[in-house]
Amino acid sequence: MEILISILIFIMIIAALISLEIKDLLSSVVSLAAVGLILTLLFLLLQAPDVAIVQFVVEILSLVILIRATIIRDDSVYDRKYDRKSFIYRISALFCVIIFLIFVIISLKNLPPFGTKIYNKLADYYIKNTINDTGAVDIVAAIILNYRAYDTLGEATVLFTAILGAVLVLRKIGRLRNER
Amino acid sequence: MFKYLAYILCLTLFFVGLYGIIVKKNLFKIIISFIIMENALNLFFILLGYRKSATFPIFLKNIEQTNIVDPVPQALVLTSIVIGLSVTILMVAIALRIYEKYKTFDITEIKNLKG
Repeated sequence: MEILISILIFIMIIAALISLEIKDLLSSVVSLAAVGLILTLLFLLLQAPDVAIVQFVVEILSLVILIRATIIRDDSVYDRKYDRKSFIYRISALFCVIIFLIFVIISLKNLPPFGTKIYNKLADYYIKNTINDTGAVDIVAAIILNYRAYDTLGEATVLFTAILGAVLVLRKIGRLRNER
Repeated sequence: MFKYLAYILCLTLFFVGLYGIIVKKNLFKIIISFIIMENALNLFFILLGYRKSATFPIFLKNIEQTNIVDPVPQALVLTSIVIGLSVTILMVAIALRIYEKYKTFDITEIKNLKG
Protein backbone atom coordinates (compact mmCIF):
# COMPACT_ATOMS: atom_id res chain seq x y z
CA MET A 1 0.00 0.00 0.00
CA GLU A 2 2.72 2.47 0.96
CA ILE A 3 4.73 1.45 -2.11
CA LEU A 4 1.72 2.10 -4.37
CA ILE A 5 1.21 5.53 -2.82
CA SER A 6 4.88 6.40 -3.33
CA ILE A 7 4.78 5.28 -6.98
CA LEU A 8 1.68 7.39 -7.65
CA ILE A 9 3.30 10.48 -6.07
CA PHE A 10 6.36 9.85 -8.24
CA ILE A 11 4.17 9.81 -11.38
CA MET A 12 2.65 13.08 -10.16
CA ILE A 13 6.12 14.64 -9.90
CA ILE A 14 6.97 13.54 -13.46
CA ALA A 15 3.68 14.94 -14.81
CA ALA A 16 4.30 18.23 -12.99
CA LEU A 17 7.80 18.51 -14.48
CA ILE A 18 6.43 17.79 -17.97
CA SER A 19 3.73 20.42 -17.55
CA LEU A 20 6.33 22.99 -16.51
CA GLU A 21 8.90 22.24 -19.22
CA ILE A 22 6.76 21.52 -22.33
CA LYS A 23 6.45 24.39 -24.80
CA ASP A 24 2.83 24.11 -25.90
CA LEU A 25 0.48 25.68 -23.35
CA LEU A 26 -2.44 23.34 -24.10
CA SER A 27 -0.30 20.25 -23.53
CA SER A 28 0.95 21.74 -20.31
CA VAL A 29 -2.64 22.26 -19.07
CA VAL A 30 -3.54 18.66 -19.96
CA SER A 31 -0.48 17.41 -18.10
CA LEU A 32 -1.57 19.45 -15.08
CA ALA A 33 -4.93 17.70 -15.26
CA ALA A 34 -3.04 14.39 -15.05
CA VAL A 35 -1.50 15.63 -11.79
CA GLY A 36 -4.93 16.49 -10.39
CA LEU A 37 -6.59 13.23 -11.41
CA ILE A 38 -3.79 11.11 -9.93
CA LEU A 39 -4.29 13.21 -6.79
CA THR A 40 -7.94 12.12 -6.80
CA LEU A 41 -6.85 8.48 -6.99
CA LEU A 42 -4.44 9.05 -4.10
CA PHE A 43 -7.20 10.55 -1.95
CA LEU A 44 -9.27 7.43 -2.58
CA LEU A 45 -6.34 5.20 -1.62
CA LEU A 46 -5.72 7.28 1.52
CA GLN A 47 -9.31 6.62 2.69
CA ALA A 48 -10.69 10.10 2.03
CA PRO A 49 -13.71 9.62 -0.29
CA ASP A 50 -15.29 13.05 0.39
CA VAL A 51 -12.09 14.89 -0.48
CA ALA A 52 -11.66 12.72 -3.59
CA ILE A 53 -15.10 13.66 -4.92
CA VAL A 54 -14.51 17.38 -4.33
CA GLN A 55 -11.03 17.22 -5.89
CA PHE A 56 -12.44 15.46 -8.97
CA VAL A 57 -15.11 18.11 -9.56
CA VAL A 58 -12.70 20.99 -8.90
CA GLU A 59 -10.10 19.48 -11.23
CA ILE A 60 -12.59 19.18 -14.10
CA LEU A 61 -13.77 22.78 -13.53
CA SER A 62 -10.27 24.23 -13.43
CA LEU A 63 -9.33 22.20 -16.52
CA VAL A 64 -12.26 23.72 -18.42
CA ILE A 65 -11.32 27.23 -17.28
CA LEU A 66 -7.62 26.84 -18.12
CA ILE A 67 -8.30 25.32 -21.57
CA ARG A 68 -10.80 28.10 -22.34
CA ALA A 69 -8.16 30.64 -21.38
CA THR A 70 -5.28 29.12 -23.36
CA ILE A 71 -6.86 27.65 -26.49
CA ILE A 72 -7.13 30.82 -28.59
CA ARG A 73 -3.76 32.26 -27.61
CA ASP A 74 -0.68 30.76 -29.16
CA ASP A 75 2.32 32.80 -28.10
CA SER A 76 3.50 29.88 -26.04
CA VAL A 77 6.94 29.48 -27.61
CA TYR A 78 9.63 31.77 -26.31
CA ASP A 79 13.29 31.79 -27.20
CA ARG A 80 15.22 29.71 -24.72
CA LYS A 81 18.14 32.03 -24.21
CA TYR A 82 20.19 31.43 -21.11
CA ASP A 83 21.21 34.96 -20.31
CA ARG A 84 22.54 36.23 -17.01
CA LYS A 85 19.11 37.02 -15.58
CA SER A 86 17.70 33.52 -16.00
CA PHE A 87 20.89 32.15 -14.45
CA ILE A 88 20.26 34.37 -11.42
CA TYR A 89 16.67 33.08 -11.28
CA ARG A 90 17.90 29.49 -11.24
CA ILE A 91 20.43 30.20 -8.50
CA SER A 92 17.80 31.94 -6.36
CA ALA A 93 15.40 29.01 -6.89
CA LEU A 94 18.10 26.62 -5.71
CA PHE A 95 18.75 28.87 -2.69
CA CYS A 96 15.05 28.92 -1.72
CA VAL A 97 14.82 25.15 -2.09
CA ILE A 98 17.89 24.62 0.13
CA ILE A 99 16.55 26.90 2.88
CA PHE A 100 13.19 25.14 2.71
CA LEU A 101 14.91 21.75 2.79
CA ILE A 102 16.65 22.60 6.07
CA PHE A 103 13.31 23.36 7.71
CA VAL A 104 11.84 20.19 6.21
CA ILE A 105 14.58 18.05 7.73
CA ILE A 106 14.10 19.69 11.13
CA SER A 107 10.35 19.13 11.03
CA LEU A 108 10.50 15.56 9.69
CA LYS A 109 12.50 14.60 12.77
CA ASN A 110 9.49 15.47 14.93
CA LEU A 111 6.96 13.60 12.80
CA PRO A 112 6.16 9.93 13.39
CA PRO A 113 6.71 7.61 10.39
CA PHE A 114 4.10 7.50 7.64
CA GLY A 115 1.01 5.50 8.56
CA THR A 116 1.31 5.60 12.35
CA LYS A 117 -1.22 7.29 14.56
CA ILE A 118 -0.51 10.91 15.42
CA TYR A 119 -1.99 11.80 18.78
CA ASN A 120 -4.94 14.09 18.16
CA LYS A 121 -7.41 14.67 20.96
CA LEU A 122 -9.86 16.47 18.68
CA ALA A 123 -10.04 13.55 16.22
CA ASP A 124 -10.68 11.12 19.06
CA TYR A 125 -13.51 13.33 20.30
CA TYR A 126 -15.07 13.55 16.83
CA ILE A 127 -14.85 9.79 16.23
CA LYS A 128 -16.36 9.00 19.61
CA ASN A 129 -19.18 11.56 19.78
CA THR A 130 -20.25 12.41 16.22
CA ILE A 131 -23.30 10.14 16.11
CA ASN A 132 -24.54 11.26 19.53
CA ASP A 133 -23.91 14.97 18.90
CA THR A 134 -25.13 15.41 15.34
CA GLY A 135 -26.78 12.20 14.17
CA ALA A 136 -24.61 12.22 11.03
CA VAL A 137 -22.92 9.07 9.79
CA ASP A 138 -20.22 10.83 7.78
CA ILE A 139 -17.72 12.42 10.19
CA VAL A 140 -16.23 14.82 7.62
CA ALA A 141 -19.66 16.14 6.65
CA ALA A 142 -20.50 16.49 10.33
CA ILE A 143 -17.34 18.54 10.92
CA ILE A 144 -17.76 20.95 8.00
CA LEU A 145 -21.53 21.39 8.31
CA ASN A 146 -22.10 21.17 12.05
CA TYR A 147 -19.02 21.54 14.27
CA ARG A 148 -17.32 24.09 12.01
CA ALA A 149 -20.29 25.58 10.17
CA TYR A 150 -18.96 29.14 10.57
CA ASP A 151 -15.78 28.01 8.84
CA THR A 152 -17.84 26.86 5.87
CA LEU A 153 -19.73 30.16 5.88
CA GLY A 154 -16.39 31.99 5.69
CA GLU A 155 -15.36 29.72 2.83
CA ALA A 156 -18.54 30.62 0.95
CA THR A 157 -17.72 34.31 1.52
CA VAL A 158 -14.21 33.83 0.11
CA LEU A 159 -15.62 32.00 -2.92
CA PHE A 160 -18.18 34.75 -3.54
CA THR A 161 -15.55 37.50 -3.21
CA ALA A 162 -13.17 35.78 -5.62
CA ILE A 163 -15.87 35.20 -8.24
CA LEU A 164 -16.97 38.84 -7.83
CA GLY A 165 -13.38 39.94 -8.39
CA ALA A 166 -13.06 37.81 -11.51
CA VAL A 167 -16.32 39.17 -12.94
CA LEU A 168 -15.23 42.76 -12.19
CA VAL A 169 -11.85 42.21 -13.85
CA LEU A 170 -13.36 40.65 -16.98
CA ARG A 171 -16.39 42.91 -17.50
CA LYS A 172 -16.81 44.88 -20.70
CA ILE A 173 -19.12 47.86 -19.89
CA GLY A 174 -16.75 50.06 -17.89
CA ARG A 175 -13.98 49.67 -20.42
CA LEU A 176 -16.22 50.69 -23.34
CA ARG A 177 -17.24 53.89 -21.60
CA ASN A 178 -13.60 54.82 -21.00
CA GLU A 179 -12.66 54.22 -24.61
CA ARG A 180 -15.34 56.53 -25.96
CA MET B 1 14.40 7.01 5.55
CA PHE B 2 12.09 4.56 3.79
CA LYS B 3 9.35 5.18 6.33
CA TYR B 4 9.29 8.87 5.42
CA LEU B 5 9.36 8.23 1.63
CA ALA B 6 5.79 9.42 1.00
CA TYR B 7 6.37 12.69 2.89
CA ILE B 8 9.63 13.33 1.05
CA LEU B 9 8.10 12.69 -2.39
CA CYS B 10 5.19 14.99 -1.55
CA LEU B 11 7.61 17.75 -0.55
CA THR B 12 9.53 17.17 -3.79
CA LEU B 13 6.30 17.92 -5.65
CA PHE B 14 6.08 21.15 -3.62
CA PHE B 15 9.67 22.01 -4.65
CA VAL B 16 8.77 21.48 -8.32
CA GLY B 17 6.04 24.11 -7.93
CA LEU B 18 8.42 26.50 -6.12
CA TYR B 19 10.99 26.12 -8.91
CA GLY B 20 8.33 26.89 -11.51
CA ILE B 21 7.19 30.06 -9.74
CA ILE B 22 10.71 31.44 -9.46
CA VAL B 23 12.20 30.41 -12.82
CA LYS B 24 9.40 30.45 -15.43
CA LYS B 25 8.68 33.58 -17.43
CA ASN B 26 5.33 32.63 -18.91
CA LEU B 27 2.48 33.95 -16.77
CA PHE B 28 0.46 30.80 -17.37
CA LYS B 29 3.31 28.56 -16.30
CA ILE B 30 3.42 30.50 -13.02
CA ILE B 31 -0.30 29.86 -12.47
CA ILE B 32 0.24 26.17 -13.23
CA SER B 33 3.09 25.89 -10.73
CA PHE B 34 0.90 27.62 -8.13
CA ILE B 35 -1.74 24.92 -8.66
CA ILE B 36 0.93 22.21 -8.34
CA MET B 37 2.10 23.65 -4.99
CA GLU B 38 -1.49 23.75 -3.78
CA ASN B 39 -2.03 20.09 -4.74
CA ALA B 40 1.16 19.06 -2.92
CA LEU B 41 0.05 20.89 0.22
CA ASN B 42 -3.40 19.26 0.23
CA LEU B 43 -1.81 15.85 -0.31
CA PHE B 44 0.56 16.43 2.61
CA PHE B 45 -2.31 17.07 5.02
CA ILE B 46 -4.13 13.93 3.91
CA LEU B 47 -0.90 11.92 4.25
CA LEU B 48 -0.55 13.18 7.83
CA GLY B 49 -4.02 11.91 8.68
CA TYR B 50 -3.50 8.45 7.21
CA ARG B 51 -3.20 5.45 9.52
CA LYS B 52 -2.13 2.00 8.51
CA SER B 53 -5.01 -0.42 7.70
CA ALA B 54 -7.64 2.07 8.83
CA THR B 55 -11.07 2.63 7.29
CA PHE B 56 -12.64 5.82 5.90
CA PRO B 57 -14.40 8.13 8.38
CA ILE B 58 -17.95 7.00 7.60
CA PHE B 59 -19.82 4.72 9.98
CA LEU B 60 -21.31 1.65 8.36
CA LYS B 61 -24.30 -0.31 9.53
CA ASN B 62 -23.71 -3.39 11.71
CA ILE B 63 -19.92 -3.15 11.45
CA GLU B 64 -17.72 -2.31 14.43
CA GLN B 65 -15.11 0.23 13.33
CA THR B 66 -12.35 0.96 15.79
CA ASN B 67 -9.46 2.08 13.58
CA ILE B 68 -10.55 5.17 11.62
CA VAL B 69 -8.49 7.66 9.60
CA ASP B 70 -8.09 11.12 11.17
CA PRO B 71 -11.12 13.17 9.94
CA VAL B 72 -9.89 16.66 10.92
CA PRO B 73 -7.31 17.18 8.10
CA GLN B 74 -9.86 15.89 5.58
CA ALA B 75 -12.40 18.50 6.65
CA LEU B 76 -9.80 21.27 6.45
CA VAL B 77 -8.53 20.14 3.03
CA LEU B 78 -12.09 20.06 1.70
CA THR B 79 -12.33 23.79 2.45
CA SER B 80 -8.87 24.46 1.05
CA ILE B 81 -9.55 22.78 -2.32
CA VAL B 82 -12.61 24.93 -3.02
CA ILE B 83 -10.79 28.13 -2.03
CA GLY B 84 -7.94 27.07 -4.33
CA LEU B 85 -10.36 26.85 -7.26
CA SER B 86 -11.65 30.38 -6.64
CA VAL B 87 -8.11 31.76 -6.35
CA THR B 88 -7.24 30.04 -9.64
CA ILE B 89 -10.25 31.64 -11.35
CA LEU B 90 -9.19 35.10 -10.11
CA MET B 91 -5.59 34.59 -11.29
CA VAL B 92 -6.70 33.43 -14.75
CA ALA B 93 -9.00 36.46 -15.07
CA ILE B 94 -6.15 38.87 -14.23
CA ALA B 95 -3.81 37.02 -16.63
CA LEU B 96 -6.36 37.34 -19.45
CA ARG B 97 -6.68 41.10 -18.87
CA ILE B 98 -2.89 41.42 -18.95
CA TYR B 99 -2.89 39.50 -22.24
CA GLU B 100 -5.51 41.84 -23.70
CA LYS B 101 -3.39 44.86 -22.84
CA TYR B 102 0.12 43.65 -23.68
CA LYS B 103 -0.61 40.82 -26.21
CA THR B 104 1.79 38.49 -24.44
CA PHE B 105 2.13 36.23 -21.40
CA ASP B 106 5.87 36.91 -21.05
CA ILE B 107 6.48 38.69 -17.73
CA THR B 108 9.73 40.30 -18.93
CA GLU B 109 7.75 42.12 -21.65
CA ILE B 110 5.20 43.53 -19.19
CA LYS B 111 7.05 46.62 -18.04
CA ASN B 112 5.07 49.84 -18.32
CA LEU B 113 2.52 50.10 -15.55
CA LYS B 114 1.01 53.43 -16.61
CA GLY B 115 -2.13 53.80 -18.73
